[in-house]
Formats: sequence, C-alpha cells, structure tokens
Amino acid sequence: MIKRFAVVDTALCVACGCCAKVCPKQAIAVPDGIAARVRRERCVGCGLCAKACPASVIQVQGEEIR
Amino acid sequence: MKTKKHWYDFLWIASALYLLLGFFNILFAWLGLICFFVPLGIAVVKGNKAYCNRYCGRGQLFELLGNKLRLSRNHPVPHFLKQKWFRYGFLIFFLAMFVNMLFTTYLVFSGASNLREVVTLLWTFRLPWQFAAGSVTKVAPWVAQFAFGFYSVMLTSTVLGLLTMALFKPRAWCVYCPMGTMTQGICKLRHGKQ
Repeated sequence: MIKRFAVVDTALCVACGCCAKVCPKQAIAVPDGIAARVRRERCVGCGLCAKACPASVIQVQGEEIR
Repeated sequence: MKTKKHWYDFLWIASALYLLLGFFNILFAWLGLICFFVPLGIAVVKGNKAYCNRYCGRGQLFELLGNKLRLSRNHPVPHFLKQKWFRYGFLIFFLAMFVNMLFTTYLVFSGASNLREVVTLLWTFRLPWQFAAGSVTKVAPWVAQFAFGFYSVMLTSTVLGLLTMALFKPRAWCVYCPMGTMTQGICKLRHGKQ
C-alpha cells in the first residue's frame, strides 16, 4: 500500500504557517519559527497545505508501507 | 470543512482600517508600530513566528482578497523570490529605507528640515497627502514627519503585497516580507541554527 504525506523543503520554507491553518488533521505546524514540520503519522496526504503554501515548497509524496 | 473562528481571525479588519485611517488622519500611522514590535517581541521572547502564523492582519487580508474574492491568479512565485539572497537582500534594503525615514524624521526634529506632507510610494513617487494632515499642527513636526514616513513604508509594502497577491499566490508577500524574514532569522539564532 502506498501512503501519501506532505514533505517540506525546509531550506526554502519561510515559516509563514499558511499550511498549518488549512490542515484538517493538525499534521503540520511551525513550532520553532524556522520551518514547517509534518507529523507523518497524522498526515493523510490531502495536499491542502501544498496548495496553500505561498512559496510552493510543500510536495505530496508517496511511500510504500507494509 | 468549517473550522471554529477565533478573535485573531478577524485581524484583517484592523489592517484594512489602518490603511483607510491613513487617508483621513496621518497620525494614525503611528499605530503601525504594533506590526513591528509585536512580531519582534514574540520572536525574541517566545522563539516562534506566532505573529505570522496567527495574528498577521495583512496576511489575512491578502488571503481574503486572493482566495475569497478570487483576485489571485494562484500561480507559484518565481524561484528567486524564495531564495535566501533575495529575502535577506530585500530585508537589508527595507531596513536601509527605514533608517533613511528615521533620519528624515531626525532632520525635522532638529529643525534642519521642514515637515513634508507627502507619502512616498515605492520609495520613489511622492504623493501629496495634505488632505490627511488636518491635525498635524497639534503635534510636534517630527511626530507628523514620522507618521508620513511610516505610512509610506506601510503603504508601499501593502502595494507590493497586493501586486504579488494578484500575480502569484494570495500570501506571496509572506515569502519576502522583511518582518517575516527578520523574525525567522531571530528564531534561527535563538534555536542555534544557520
């Protein structure tokens, strides 16, 4: 099975928090004011954060899980 | 999906009101200092960007105009806009212009220069602003000069934000916002990261 989740390019993230605002699962947050962090166990890969990100530094990727 | 609204979700009203008040009485421009000191204070004391993340009325305003009113093309921002050299370069330029504004205020304070009732848009275009200067005679000239200078900074950044909102994503301004870059830099220093 493939699980999809958001991946943040932390080097380019501006930590604006737009992603955290739209996440329906509170799976993404900017705890340290440096970059957004994804809690993979919560993320459902819906892509709302990627759509909202003004810098377009979030991508939804898939990973094979057993 | 409907989410519960908080009081801070309505701070866009304060931002819109601030810009509007500047057209009636320039002295209201002083209130803009809140948008300077609160994010810096939060970054220094708490070590996060809660201001950008929650309380930035300007960001909410762009979001509203771009998403709800569909005034944004919703295109990705150009790559250079999110590069460190551009963001920190823009921050330095913005701070230099800010210091220049403070120096102009000092010249008026010291009596070396007279009060100029103009708002300078995009650091270039001097717009006559006498219509909002009715009450400036009641305060010291430097107080009024600072108000004109500060409102110029706020109006310029709003115009740039509106332009990038329309051309790119609603909150494209957040990508190169000097306050955002500065608070992120403070957070990096606080957490000991490069």
